[in-house]
Order: sequence, then structure tokens, then C-alpha cells
Amino acid sequence: MLTPELKQRFDDEIKNHKVVIYMKGNQIFPACGFSAKAIELLKPFSALHTVDVLTTPGVRDAIKAYSNWPTIPQVYINGKFVGGSDIVTELASRGELESLVKG
Amino acid sequence: MLNAIEIKRRIELALPGAQVEVNDTTGTNDHFEAKVISASFAGLSMVQQHQQVYAPLQDVLATGELHALALKTYTPSQWASATRR
Repeated sequence: MLTPELKQRFDDEIKNHKVVIYMKGNQIFPACGFSAKAIELLKPFSALHTVDVLTTPGVRDAIKAYSNWPTIPQVYINGKFVGGSDIVTELASRGELESLVKG
Repeated sequence: MLNAIEIKRRIELALPGAQVEVNDTTGTNDHFEAKVISASFAGLSMVQQHQQVYAPLQDVLATGELHALALKTYTPSQWASATRR
């Protein structure tokens, strides 16, 4: 459930970090291939703030409601929801990922 | 039971006239990939296009019955230029 506390947490997290990835596992040990892919593609361009939805209580369902997006990972860049691993992959193949991060 | 045919049926119902291709990537009825070409995607961001495809699958995504759906979405003109490349 997206409680006011969690909404505030997401608002702050997304505002305070250039790249935020809600993922399964962490940067060193991603627990899902799609999360691993998002990390791999974004790592060259920026420090990443990652949140493990498997170990942070309530976050997994709340972030889905917050973003209106039913899957994990979820990527925010410069305060804006970018999407999941498919969209990050597509942006990378178009060569648009770096400018999005730097922008 | 969830399978590629059921996912294709749901997407086609939600996006009339769309061209939909769904593959079971692991053979386990829970990881799929889909390619969707629809005129209704025109003018939408990629996020909005994907949201339109996820919409008819909310229930199975929420329960985890559908664990993963790798998506590629195109408008008819995007598809035409993608296949010309």
C-alpha cells in the first residue's frame, strides 16, 4: 500500500538522487536479470542510488502504485520516471541514455 | 492458465487493431516477451505505451503469475522504419 510516509520517502529519494533504481537485490548482487540489465546500462554514466524492494518492507507494492507501473526494476532519472528495463535498453540502443542522465 | 495465446488475446482486446506477437521465453508460462504494434500508441511516450499493454494484465502481474513481460512497442510508422533499417 502506498502510505503517505512511503510517498514522501519516494518523493525525497527521487529528488535527492540523480539516478534511482528500485530493483531486486543490489548493485553488487542483483537478484533478477532485468534489474541487472538496468544497472549494467546505467552504471557507466552516473552514481546509482538503488533500493532493494525485496528487503525493504512495503516498498515493492508501494512503488508499483506510486509509478503506476506493475514491474520491477523501476528507473528514475533526474526526478522523472523513465520506465523499466525494456525502456532503458531501448534508450541505450538509441544512444539517448547518456544525455538523459547528464541532462 | 496463463500462456502466450491468453496474453495475446488480452492485449488485442485492450488495443483493437493492434498487431501482437507473444513468446514464452522460458517455456514455463511465466516469462514472456511481446511485440505490439498499434496506431493507438501515436503521440504517447514509451512509458505510456507500455502502461497501455500492462493494463489488461494487471491482475496476473500483481499476483506474480506473470513474472516478466519484456515489451517492445511501436506505432505502425515506427515499425515500418525499424524494419527498413
